Amino acid sequence: MYPPDRKYTKEHEWVKIHGTEARVGITDYAQKQLGDVVYLELPEVGRRVNKGESFGTVESVKAVSDLYAPVSGEVTDVNRALTEHPEAINKDPHGSWMIVLKVSGGADDLLDATQYDELTK
Amino acid sequence: MSEATSGTLKKTPLNARHRSLGARMVEFGGWDMPVEYSGIVDEHLAVRSRAGLFDVSHMGEIEIAGRDALKAVQLITSNDASKLAIGQAQYSGLTTPVGTFVDDVLTYRLADDHFMLVVNASNIVKDAAWISQHIDGIGDAAAVNTSSRYALMALQGPAARDVLQTLTAVPLGDIKYYWFTNGEIASVRGTISRTGYTGEDGFEIFVPPASAERVWDAVLQAGRTAGVVPAGLGARDTLRLEAAMRLYGNDIDDTTTVLEADLGWIVGWKKEHFLGAEALRRQKQEGVQRKLAGFEMLERAIARHGYDAYVDGKKAGQVTSGTQTPFLKKAVGMAYLPASHTAPGTEFEIDVRGRRARAQVVPMPFYKRAR
Repeated sequence: MYPPDRKYTKEHEWVKIHGTEARVGITDYAQKQLGDVVYLELPEVGRRVNKGESFGTVESVKAVSDLYAPVSGEVTDVNRALTEHPEAINKDPHGSWMIVLKVSGGADDLLDATQYDELTK
Repeated sequence: MSEATSGTLKKTPLNARHRSLGARMVEFGGWDMPVEYSGIVDEHLAVRSRAGLFDVSHMGEIEIAGRDALKAVQLITSNDASKLAIGQAQYSGLTTPVGTFVDDVLTYRLADDHFMLVVNASNIVKDAAWISQHIDGIGDAAAVNTSSRYALMALQGPAARDVLQTLTAVPLGDIKYYWFTNGEIASVRGTISRTGYTGEDGFEIFVPPASAERVWDAVLQAGRTAGVVPAGLGARDTLRLEAAMRLYGNDIDDTTTVLEADLGWIVGWKKEHFLGAEALRRQKQEGVQRKLAGFEMLERAIARHGYDAYVDGKKAGQVTSGTQTPFLKKAVGMAYLPASHTAPGTEFEIDVRGRRARAQVVPMPFYKRAR
């Protein structure tokens, strides 16, 4: 059920890698756990993040949750439309990218769709 | 995000209903409770515009009866229970000798010499022991924990009255706010109380546990065309916060006095004595150092329970409740602040996970329904 065109983390982010470009969002499982998303805080373009480091926060009515970088790299784009309408994450989590990273490493040991599906069962 | 529910949790008589409705269940005060069905925002808006049905059977009931029951209730609670007619209820504090909260309660006068306190789920055992200990020696009055005799549902929202009226011969329009009456609901004998924890018109319905499912089903069925939905603890929390109703364990506890919580209106100042009376009278005279105030964020950020508040750059208080509210679509909350900084319009800062965000004191409640 999880799109096979991307990889996943145990912290419930997805990452879609194209060459050196990586788009990052959170999974359907994550949005269901959070409930109604009401706030999204994302980094500035140009910031460098290391794999496993927090790059922002997502907040639902009842909880706040850190967002962790699935790979290391520099932030080259940020989805400002999504910070204005974070509720879109609930409706279309796998279509709601948050940031784009220029990958500098750490793309190994990510989960594929089948492994992630197993993890969330 | 670990919300595993263990087998040792207590279950309300409606537990199977919540599961078959697909509710997300969480542990709350030792109970396995529904936090949401269709989603907190959806349920919150349903209650503001139509109605929602809540299972609040986890709440406790402690009854006090005997010739000296009034005297006992007057001793242990802050409000003046002598003002209650039979069939009337009041919000009150179960107070300590220093004027802080053992719990906050609704006091129902069932008969001249028979009262019922509705208490918070996580405090039932503590309250029952506290009450028995403090009314011992008062004369003819005994307290009994009768929580297991009641299932409690709350139907809240502008459509509540019309929907419930289809299930009962009791003229609901005649029940005034904070009054209650006995009668049949869906052919089940129970008590209908015009009270709630949402800031909307609505009713709380006490029925025997064995009949809870029957009443629950009947209300949802009767409310189908009006758009009544089951609502969970998540929406209950955001609704009560918009209405600025205090939550025990968040906004009030045994370290906060009734006056610090800005609940002076639940103190029966004319009463001769009650636990905490001297402390509260002194505090009233001297003035409180800190006070619970409502606030609104002035920038994009959500303040939550436990975040520190800063006045003039110094740590000066703490947020007790806060969220982005679904109906007002604003980040609001309550915080204990220095009493000198609680006038509406006063600006202060809140440490939101390492970042100082500006907030402003605003009058409470944040939401008030049109009457």
